[in-house]
Amino acid sequence: MSAALLETQQLCAFYGNTQVLFGLDLSIAQGGITTLLGANGAGKTTTLRAICGMVRTSGQIRLSGASIAGKRVEDIVRLGIAHVPQGRGTFTRETTEENLEIGAMTRHDRRAIAEDIERVYAYFPRLKERRKQQAGTLSGGEQQMLAVGRAMMLRPRLMLLDEPSFGLAPMVVEELFEIFRTLNTREKVSMMLVEQNAALALDLADQVYLIETGRLVTSGPASMMRDDESIRRSYLGY
Amino acid sequence: MMELFLHQVLAGIATGAIYACMALAIVMIYQAIDHLNFAQGEMAMFSTFVAWQLLEWNLPYWAAFAGTIALSFAAGVLIEHVVLRPILRAPALSHVVAFIALLAIFNSAAGFIWGHGIRSFPSPFGTQPIFGQTLVSPHNAGIMGMTLLMLVLLYLFFRHTRIGLSMRAAAANPESAQLAGIRVGWMLALGWGMAAAVGSVAGMLIAPIVFLEPNMMLGILLYGFAGAVVGGLTSPVGAVVGGVLVGVIENLVGTYMPLLGRELKLTIALVIIIAVLTIRPSGLFGRHIVTRV
Ligand SMILES: Nc1ncnc2c1ncn2[C@@H]1O[C@H](COP(=O)(O)OP(=O)(O)OP(=O)(O)O)[C@@H](O)[C@H]1O
Ligand SMILES: [Mg+2]
Repeated sequence: MSAALLETQQLCAFYGNTQVLFGLDLSIAQGGITTLLGANGAGKTTTLRAICGMVRTSGQIRLSGASIAGKRVEDIVRLGIAHVPQGRGTFTRETTEENLEIGAMTRHDRRAIAEDIERVYAYFPRLKERRKQQAGTLSGGEQQMLAVGRAMMLRPRLMLLDEPSFGLAPMVVEELFEIFRTLNTREKVSMMLVEQNAALALDLADQVYLIETGRLVTSGPASMMRDDESIRRSYLGY
Repeated sequence: MMELFLHQVLAGIATGAIYACMALAIVMIYQAIDHLNFAQGEMAMFSTFVAWQLLEWNLPYWAAFAGTIALSFAAGVLIEHVVLRPILRAPALSHVVAFIALLAIFNSAAGFIWGHGIRSFPSPFGTQPIFGQTLVSPHNAGIMGMTLLMLVLLYLFFRHTRIGLSMRAAAANPESAQLAGIRVGWMLALGWGMAAAVGSVAGMLIAPIVFLEPNMMLGILLYGFAGAVVGGLTSPVGAVVGGVLVGVIENLVGTYMPLLGRELKLTIALVIIIAVLTIRPSGLFGRHIVTRV
């Protein structure tokens, strides 16, 4: 559990000439769930985008020791990093099932793909009921499930989850986070979770990074953060 | 009386089928990059000259036909890579400028290489009426058949192949498609190649009717746009139905209101575009996208 799956050193990110991340050193443990917390605009989404090559970066990004900085998004994804983006990235005009097929587009093992679609349906029975429905007509919660399902279709080593609880009813959130736990333990998918809901994230994660305006404030085991009242008060708001 | 009407409707469907081909090509590009390719007509015209050249070199018709489709496909891919890739994220105006430049380049290149005189272009379907009647000329019937065939092939490709699904995904949501590992750039290039190929078929089918010369596609492109807009710009089936409708309307107006029809042919296309945009902005077949966030 100690070996790092993904590591960044002095990671900086830029939108045009505006620098948004300022030298982040992060380490995502193999098999673990790491959470990245911070206020609105802290740079959480940008960090995930930087890992996937979706923004201009400087600094080191290593996946299992090999540098992925500067690679194309498609090539990084093909290395087994599935990004569930903020806003869910639904293909609204395609059907639920087509969305899942899109998630497996880099694979060519037809039979295994069909099996994986059934596996996603087993996790999310509601998606199965809506398999032929235009995905844009799914509810917010269903679209979030679909986004996670699409990511599963890649058979990823690492899932990057950007505010998966956003806009969902508490019951649905609970269901979803339970599935994250299962994916992590049963399917050995490592995760990087970005959340506004710090209590929820700390409950699921084992490692925490806290950032503010693109800089690291503190990091450590989730249990430690849960117990540190001053951090909870000043940064996590509960 | 009834015979004249039927005859005009059928002839309208036949020319409409050509507009439908152009509309198909336009819709394919529009779906992929959200811009109308003004150079589509000139690309088709140039392809048709290439076909003519291949025929001059004594290739059999269908070999020249297939060769032209292949060359047009390659040229479309190349144009995407060389001209459009660099301005992919540039504002709409850059695209307009690029399309106008392409239009001018193809037009003058064709004039430079092959001259401005009009040439005749053969029809593979012959000129003898087939069904023993004169309602539809064999060439017109051929045009309709080819258009229908293309539509079916495109439909099967987009609905039932994985690469077709990749192209749809890349066009609908490029960022999300990238995150699924789809090579969006290649999908765009493929889209341009296919649009150029479809356009070349339209050019080769219309050339026997309008004669081959560098400006042959100007009016047809406008009708193609009209067809695409009527069909809603997002639906291949809509493009074909729209193109055919425009062809029929054009023919009927030309027949029954000869004063209007002869002089104001192109105006009719523009009126149709504007009327549709006013009454039904998403076109007859434009999908109303339901999105919940
Ligand atoms: N496309 C962009 N162009 C310019 N600046 C951007 C862009 N996207 C984000 N930013 C800026 O970068 C900073 C970090 O944004 P980011 O989206 O990473 O924050 P976040 O932590 O994910 O916030 P939230 O919790 O609201 O999602 C913000 O100041 C934001 O204004
Ligand atoms: Mg964010």
